[in-house]
Amino acid sequence: MENKSVVIQMQPSPNNEGRSLIQNKKKWTSIFNRNSEWRGKIWIYGSAIVVILSVIAITLFLTVQGLRSFVVDHINVIDFITGTEWYPDRAENPSYGALPFIFGSLTVTILAAILAAPFAIGSALFMTELAPKWGQKVLQPVIEILVGIPSVVYGFIGLSVIVPFMRTHVGGSGFSLLSGALVVGVMILPTITSISADAVRAVSHDLRQASYALGATKWQTIYRVVIPAAKSTLLTAIVLGMARAFGEALAVQMVIGNARNLPNAISDPSATLTTIITLSMGHSTTGSVLNDVLWSLGLVLLIISYGFILLIRFISRRGQIS
Amino acid sequence: MKQKKWIALTAILVLSLILTACGSKDTSPGQTNTDTKKEELSGKIVIGGSTALQPLAAAAAAEFMKEHPQVQIEVQGGGSGAGLSEVSNGNFDIGMSDVFAESKSNIDASQLKDYKVAVVGMTAAVNKDAGIKKLSKEDLIKVFTGKVKNWSEVGGKDVKITLVNRPDGSGTRATFDEFALDKQTPAEGITQDSSNTVKKIVNETPGAIGYLALSYFNDDSVVKLAIDGTDATEDNVASGKFPVWAYEHMYTKGDPKPVVKAFIDYMMADPVQSNIVPAQGYLSVTKMQVERDAEGKLTNK
Repeated sequence: MENKSVVIQMQPSPNNEGRSLIQNKKKWTSIFNRNSEWRGKIWIYGSAIVVILSVIAITLFLTVQGLRSFVVDHINVIDFITGTEWYPDRAENPSYGALPFIFGSLTVTILAAILAAPFAIGSALFMTELAPKWGQKVLQPVIEILVGIPSVVYGFIGLSVIVPFMRTHVGGSGFSLLSGALVVGVMILPTITSISADAVRAVSHDLRQASYALGATKWQTIYRVVIPAAKSTLLTAIVLGMARAFGEALAVQMVIGNARNLPNAISDPSATLTTIITLSMGHSTTGSVLNDVLWSLGLVLLIISYGFILLIRFISRRGQIS
Repeated sequence: MKQKKWIALTAILVLSLILTACGSKDTSPGQTNTDTKKEELSGKIVIGGSTALQPLAAAAAAEFMKEHPQVQIEVQGGGSGAGLSEVSNGNFDIGMSDVFAESKSNIDASQLKDYKVAVVGMTAAVNKDAGIKKLSKEDLIKVFTGKVKNWSEVGGKDVKITLVNRPDGSGTRATFDEFALDKQTPAEGITQDSSNTVKKIVNETPGAIGYLALSYFNDDSVVKLAIDGTDATEDNVASGKFPVWAYEHMYTKGDPKPVVKAFIDYMMADPVQSNIVPAQGYLSVTKMQVERDAEGKLTNK
């Protein structure tokens, strides 16, 4: 690092190395000086700009690509969103109805949240309220391990354990919305748990003390005081978990069955936006109608994800006022 | 002092650039003359596309690089669609595909040169509980289009039929739909991309039926279906008796560079065709007694 800076500084005036360090301070070369104010500013501003620009770039790119199927291939937007038949490869009369996938994605997400949230909030309460010492010591690493397991492993366990279990106990082929929701539910468990634990820890001790002083039991305090006080952050935790569930592709793809029609029951195979994109993307050629509609599915995915973020903003703002 | 180091480094960099430029000139056709065989091939080849063909290309590439250490071959996956798109854009030297370039509407097939490097036969894979070993094509179509819901209706046991399809655009799906189902659109069922996953699902789900390349029937976990009384064997595919098969293609954009041409010639030559191709579960193109064009028309060789 130091070598480089000296060499480059020497280039404008190679003969008076000693003086150049001070004299050139205001020139652009001063960014190579370790203590330069500029250096820090450029790094920090630069990082912020890169992050903002990349989000804008991704959104723009996805929008341009995603609108191609409506602008270039003349697919009706309403038909695309409300249509229930997805036969992009059919030689005569291909149809592009994405409703089953939008439905599948939302159903898996909501079911996963319903399955995971009680366990996640329960274990968060356990490690903060009931057994702060060893609960923290045991549960925290367990949750971190859950985060670290790759999604393909969840998918494979789902395929080898949950699918056969569903087949014998629920019926059908075992590939179902419910299997997908179960696998994703386990995957979002750590997200919800760790944020919920932070939320519960943030509840002021005065509130708990006051509750105990009124003669409330531990459970009454948790149920009537701690949970209501942490409500908005707990909701945020659940929505963040849902956002993660919504974007999950690999594990879901292995257990949901990827059937492209609307399911009649949660024990029926179904498909999500992400699984259809990952299944078909490699087989489609750039610029083909199939490729364009997959981008459109991506755009729908992005719009709904933005919806989740707006929801989180809304919840946390409401929490601040009360 | 430090400046000198930089100058030296730059000089080395420039020199090496000039040297590599000279090196690549050696392989150009103008300079090669009588002793072409002894001339060392060099350069980099990027191959990508069909994941079905990827293991074969990788195995052949490894052998080729052993013989020509100056050549570097990179074999990527990405899918047949990506293979065709990228070779058309000039990003891949060779694009691998399970389907004819003509079948993708937005690919200019006239620009691409087709090398059929192997043949893959496929047939339906049926779960053992179905009690079915052979079906007429008519019944197979009924099963896949959802007109028949129980195996007992086509002579099997009383087990519900579960379909296992491949995703849209998949070469395996296109081949099976065209030659086993006579271009009928299959009904909805489970959809999986990976052959191994399909095999696992068919093996474990009672009454499931999917389709697999013949090389995946290497144990008795799934039943290899005979269609119209013809067993799905390599000999029957080679003689043209069994209709469900497809070429594995390697496409180049226009005429390939010498080093790419050398690799493709190597792929088509006997050592690869009679050793690596069968070892990877494909049929050699040289053994085929019939030929098929992009429209699916069959002719005797």
